[in-house]
Amino acid sequence: MYDTGKIMTGLAAVLVMLTLPFWYSAATGKAVEKHDPVLPKTEKKCVESRQYMRDSHMDLLNRWRDAVVREDRHTYVSQDGTRYEMSLTNTCMKCHVERAQFCDKCHTYMGESPFCWDCHLDRKGVL
Amino acid sequence: MAGAHKFDQVEYYKPEDLLALDYRPPETGWMDTPVDFRPGTWIYPGKPKHLEYLDLANPRQWAPTDENWKLPENWKEIVLAGIKERLEKYRSFKIFMDICVRCGACADKCHFYIGGGDPKNMPVLRAELLRSVYRNDFTTAGKILGRLAGGRELTVPVIKEWFYYFFQCTECRRCSVFCPYGIDTAEITMMARELLNLLGLNVNWVIEPVANCFKTGNHLGIQPHGLKDTLTFFADDIEEVTGIRVDIPMNKKGADFLFVTPSGDFLADPGTYTCMGYMMLFHELGLNYTWSTYASEGGNFGLFTSHEMIKRLNSKIYAEARRLGVKWIMGGECGHMWRVLHQYMDTMNGPADFLEVPTSPITGTRFEHARSTKMIHIVEFTADLIKHGKLKLDPSQNDLLKVTFHDSCNPARAMGILEEPRYVLRNVCNHFNEMPENTIREKTFCCGGGAGLGTDENMEMRLRGGLPRGNAVRHVQQRHGVNRLTAMCAIDRATLTTVCDYWAPGVKVAGIHELVANALVMKGQKERTINLRLEPINEVEEQPICEVEE
Amino acid sequence: MNAFLSLVAVLAVMLAAYVGTGVLDAKFLFGTVLPYAAIATFLIGFIYRIVDWAKSPVPFRIPTTCGQQKSLEWIKSDRLDNPHDTIGVIGRMALEVLCFRSLFRDTKMERHEEATVVYGPGLWLWIGALAFHYSFLVVFVRHLRFFTEPVPYVAVLLQRVDGFFQVGVPPVMASNLFLLAALAFLFARRLWSPQLRYISLASDYFPLFLLIGIAGTGVLLRHFVRTDIVNVKEMAMGLVSFKPAIPKGVHWFFFLHLTLVATLIAYFPFSKLMHAGGVFLSPTRNLANNNRMVRHVNPWNAPVKVHTYEEYEDDFRDKMKAAGLPVEKE
Repeated sequence: MYDTGKIMTGLAAVLVMLTLPFWYSAATGKAVEKHDPVLPKTEKKCVESRQYMRDSHMDLLNRWRDAVVREDRHTYVSQDGTRYEMSLTNTCMKCHVERAQFCDKCHTYMGESPFCWDCHLDRKGVL
Repeated sequence: MAGAHKFDQVEYYKPEDLLALDYRPPETGWMDTPVDFRPGTWIYPGKPKHLEYLDLANPRQWAPTDENWKLPENWKEIVLAGIKERLEKYRSFKIFMDICVRCGACADKCHFYIGGGDPKNMPVLRAELLRSVYRNDFTTAGKILGRLAGGRELTVPVIKEWFYYFFQCTECRRCSVFCPYGIDTAEITMMARELLNLLGLNVNWVIEPVANCFKTGNHLGIQPHGLKDTLTFFADDIEEVTGIRVDIPMNKKGADFLFVTPSGDFLADPGTYTCMGYMMLFHELGLNYTWSTYASEGGNFGLFTSHEMIKRLNSKIYAEARRLGVKWIMGGECGHMWRVLHQYMDTMNGPADFLEVPTSPITGTRFEHARSTKMIHIVEFTADLIKHGKLKLDPSQNDLLKVTFHDSCNPARAMGILEEPRYVLRNVCNHFNEMPENTIREKTFCCGGGAGLGTDENMEMRLRGGLPRGNAVRHVQQRHGVNRLTAMCAIDRATLTTVCDYWAPGVKVAGIHELVANALVMKGQKERTINLRLEPINEVEEQPICEVEE
Repeated sequence: MNAFLSLVAVLAVMLAAYVGTGVLDAKFLFGTVLPYAAIATFLIGFIYRIVDWAKSPVPFRIPTTCGQQKSLEWIKSDRLDNPHDTIGVIGRMALEVLCFRSLFRDTKMERHEEATVVYGPGLWLWIGALAFHYSFLVVFVRHLRFFTEPVPYVAVLLQRVDGFFQVGVPPVMASNLFLLAALAFLFARRLWSPQLRYISLASDYFPLFLLIGIAGTGVLLRHFVRTDIVNVKEMAMGLVSFKPAIPKGVHWFFFLHLTLVATLIAYFPFSKLMHAGGVFLSPTRNLANNNRMVRHVNPWNAPVKVHTYEEYEDDFRDKMKAAGLPVEKE
């Protein structure tokens, strides 16, 4: 008794499952599609350095949230000494006007669902 | 340890010495701890005449304590070629060599480890003894990394270690119940023993019965006229107890079924009483059956030698059924015998297309679950009879017995015949209590003497291996007053007697059909005052000094 | 000693990754060549191992029965622990693979006073094994977000559930905690128990250390040593679409994580980790206990030397006749 058929079927199924990302990528063809967020035309400089914002903006926003909501502090001094109001809506979204064109681009790409929008409205009033 | 006794006698061992158990492994790693052949732990080698008779390799006089085991010159080549051949023939072997993760779930499941504390009796380490050689010579990682990948070279000390530990495994399969991948040490031990046999390394307690069985049809070497005499003696005893003379159909052509039982039932008490039980049952029902002198062994010590030897011995059963022209076959109470009948016989020596599906002539029940192999277990047959009310039973005739039931390894873990014996027991006795649940059914503990280890020169290991079972027996003895351990296995009936005398003195061992026969009310019987052991069946006070009637 | 050697081996892998990407900037080697090589090794090795197993037949049907057999109609058989048909076998295998049925049976032997041995429940290994395997599965599926575009909803949902308690930003994943705790337990028990330490080989510690390394660097990357994960995903997508590229801004620390994963993947087929495939082929579990119902065929069932009835009768004819037993030839 060999059960070759059953074993090969099982093996094929496992291999397909384990290599699913390759098949998925071939099927959707979206692998290298541009997901770049639309950057504001007016400003060239963000609150902190570009690399820091890319890596750790969630950390910054989280600290802002804590400062404002829990400690009633409202002003943030950045590394280069610039003062900002700690506000997602008034500071961040002043430049990054459209959530869909900026925030969501990467968040969707990464399958992230940040809880910012549990409370905040974007400028169009969409949660 | 006591002076007057020898290491092959129970009295030589004091329980407190055996119980001074230390489960801590030695300081040296297991690959660097050589085996110590101390008396009482190993079995005498197979005698050359038996090996010669069976055409087995390298017959010679030797002893495990000898420095030189007189192995063939090219022994290493032989073993490595043997491993390769078996890897190609048995997927089980390959898988079990490859997938163990050494999680340790099996470690404290082996009766020899529990009762002995030797780490190489942990099933995982027992298998590693062979696996290490496999890794060294058959896997890429092992060939490159050697010891770092858990490999070690095959040397004479390794062979000695194999001989010691693979004849300290009773192939009971308890570890395989707990293994998350079902790794079965019995399978590994079987492979290892096949390899050892290639070098002429085996034990006489296995190979002599094998040679006997090949020649005379049974392990004990009972010749045809001897078997007739034996069964006649049983008939005499039965007549003494019941007043009824039972028939002894032998080698009878045209019987409905052939009956095969382990030859242990012919010779050794208390198996003999079980054998009388079969005879009384068949007689009472007026069954048209037959014994065979050629196929006079249900057991199969080939199982403890090699797959080839299983087939060589087992072939007689179908051959005899065909010669006698019976319709089907029934098997008696035996453990490893049923592993062979259930899991190997049909594949090896079938198809049994010349037989019919076993059908009870009394109840009409067709035993569909045996429709291919055409062989049923007598306890299945009896359970069916009782269910249909076809037996007149008086369980009070067993009232002096406080009964418990020991599931034998193979019927439990290679068949699953768990309820049938319990059903029968509950109908033939009034006092039945189970041992703790982790020690029965599929988790049952071995008697410590299976797989050809039930001899005397390894008495220390038998007593150690019997500790878990003996302990559970003592538990019900203390709690429920149990005085009778029933088991449907000839090896159990022989070895558990020793185990109980040692670990739970006062408890005697019996087969199921001994109790069935004692409770059986036979047509035209005289009043029953004694059981098959010729002991009074009621309290002695009620019986004015019991004199056995002449 | 075995544990120490394995630890050194895993640290060496990490050091190589650090030197390669933190000092030498050989990111193409570590970010493209190594992952592809590891995946190829895994696929070829895995197929080889399974095919190699499949090439050996199963000559005998040898299930370990762990419940009542199917026999008489009025006796209820245990279909899952002693299956007699294919459906039962599927059920048994599902329980074994998904719930670790056999480990669940585990008992712990304890010596009590005098001669008493007691077998209590021993569920720790079962719990640890389940915790490890399932949390690893969750982590594995969550990582699909790096390899798929668009990200399947199931991966997004799983991530939300996993971070349900919203502790920290980005939220702590419960599966990470379980994974690390389970690995720590599995490692600790190997060191703690003298018996387990005695049986453990270097190849038992090595995958444990690899996994601890992978989970550890993963957690550090999520919470402490941040790198731009959009870049990481671009790199991963490059791999799965066969257009490999190493974007700028990926921290060298990430390559430690990646290199450990690649090592695990490549190591898998040559190690005990193949139990993942082997358990499906284990003959004591994947066969029905229908031995007496359906004949199992052994493809190499060879003829053997037997002692025939004729030979037997020749040996004993006179004795048989004297005892009044019937014989074939007078």
